Amino acid sequence: MSEAATNRAIEAVWRIESPRLIAGLTRIVRDISMAEELAMDALVVAMKQWPEAGVPTNPGAWLMTTAKRRAIDHFRRNRMAARKLEELGADVQNQQDFGGDDPDARLDDDIGDDLLRLVFTSCHPILSMEARVALTLKLIGGLTTDEIARAYLVPEPTVAQRIVRAKKTIAEARIPYEVPRGAELQERLGAVLGVIYLIFNEGYSATSGSDWMRPQLCTDALRLGRVVAELAPKEPEVHGLVALMEIQASRQRARTAPDGAPILLLDQDRAKWDWLLVGRGLRALDRAEALGGRRGSYRLQAAIAACHGRARKAADTDWMGIAHLYDELAALTPSPIVELNRSVAYAMAYGPEAGLAIADDLVHEPALQNYHLLPSVRGDFLFKLGRRAEARAEFERAAALTRNERERTFLLDRAAASGPSN
Amino acid sequence: MRFMIMVKEGETPRDRPPNSEEIARMGVYNEELIKAGVLLAGEGLLPSKLGTKVKFGKKDRKVTDGPFSETKELIGGFWIIEVKDKAECLAWVSKIPFENGEEVEIRQVAEASDFVHDEVSTPWLEKEQEFRDKQKPLGT
Repeated sequence: MSEAATNRAIEAVWRIESPRLIAGLTRIVRDISMAEELAMDALVVAMKQWPEAGVPTNPGAWLMTTAKRRAIDHFRRNRMAARKLEELGADVQNQQDFGGDDPDARLDDDIGDDLLRLVFTSCHPILSMEARVALTLKLIGGLTTDEIARAYLVPEPTVAQRIVRAKKTIAEARIPYEVPRGAELQERLGAVLGVIYLIFNEGYSATSGSDWMRPQLCTDALRLGRVVAELAPKEPEVHGLVALMEIQASRQRARTAPDGAPILLLDQDRAKWDWLLVGRGLRALDRAEALGGRRGSYRLQAAIAACHGRARKAADTDWMGIAHLYDELAALTPSPIVELNRSVAYAMAYGPEAGLAIADDLVHEPALQNYHLLPSVRGDFLFKLGRRAEARAEFERAAALTRNERERTFLLDRAAASGPSN
Repeated sequence: MRFMIMVKEGETPRDRPPNSEEIARMGVYNEELIKAGVLLAGEGLLPSKLGTKVKFGKKDRKVTDGPFSETKELIGGFWIIEVKDKAECLAWVSKIPFENGEEVEIRQVAEASDFVHDEVSTPWLEKEQEFRDKQKPLGT
């Protein structure tokens, strides 16, 4: 094997084994950096031994045992940590026979808990959003610092520093290594899902660029979401987020024209959607719905996305269903953008008058004063109602507000098609 | 990147369904794939004696019922996983609980964008997807 191939192999094993190793080791040594070092040491030993001695039956357990032995060596040299050594010694003794089925299963369960602890630690609100993202991608996603830097178009040392500082903050604040309980759980879970969705959107909004690392963030976020869904299977919002991401990702190939121009949902060629992901998204939503409870914002957005995903043709869309879901979303997280979307759903479900009634209430909304989509949407409703002169004025206003040349041309064409102004 | 990992049946084609111990070991592996968020789909196939081959000539179609004799080429099941690159795919494959000379074949899955989309092919690709969408992968 060439050196490059060996490095790729080590990197691949690291990506799949390191999150659980680091999670388990962090619980023992109470220090993420040291846990990372121990895990890396164990991996290096493995890459030397496995090609000759063969891959062990349970590679994850093998790596964990090796890393723990290294931790014992380390603590032996450091008498200050005698108590930790005792804890560790007991641990290794208890798991002497990795060959049996039961110890393996127990180990897997423990590691699942540890991984969830690491997820909550990486997404702790004490950290800046940038730090949460970097730490989560590195520790839970198994990405290298270089990969994160390329995805976020920043120099590698910047990301490395961000991670070092984040780990320092966690250590100094003595953040307990645990899964939050009770009322705190929902809040902290919201923070975790927020980080994952932010990563997803970072990749989703990257439609161009020569480096494939940026769009790859979508896949990374999806993977993180699926991991957390298995770690916290009873949390409906986690499945809601996974459903939302699966369905949105399914449209990735259909949402831009060959020249890079965005294609609106209703104009997309649905044959280009990734129906494997649509199906996975619908099933994730089923899992969320089966758990019951009040629908959160991800679940509602996923349910809206699912209405589109279930429609083979744009004309088959269940607009009444979407309109009701927007009612629920607007009640839960009121925002001018949700209202604007709600107006479009109402127009599609009940006619332009119903849509206009909602959009008219937004005219004085400060947040939308310079937002071209409001006059654009109102222009469309007015046009359909035969109020052509008002429609023309709205399209012209929208054209003046948009920064996109192609869109401006489109809006001016619609203005011209509306007939003369009064 | 998506890869399909196909399990070849080997020299002695499987004439019995997997026993409970084999199922349990494979279950542990599949669960690991799911927990890591990489498994997109996977199925096991019944023995070839229940299968049929169809050979296409210029004018006729030759239908032959199983079992098939060219045992090396028989597919016993497959996984479709989504991973960063081929190296990661290989790392996952090395964890498959096989130890009796089994063989797997790894192929990268073509994405929809790899096919021509025009007015002739699009309606058919669409129909194909419609059919595919109705199928629910095993274990979901």
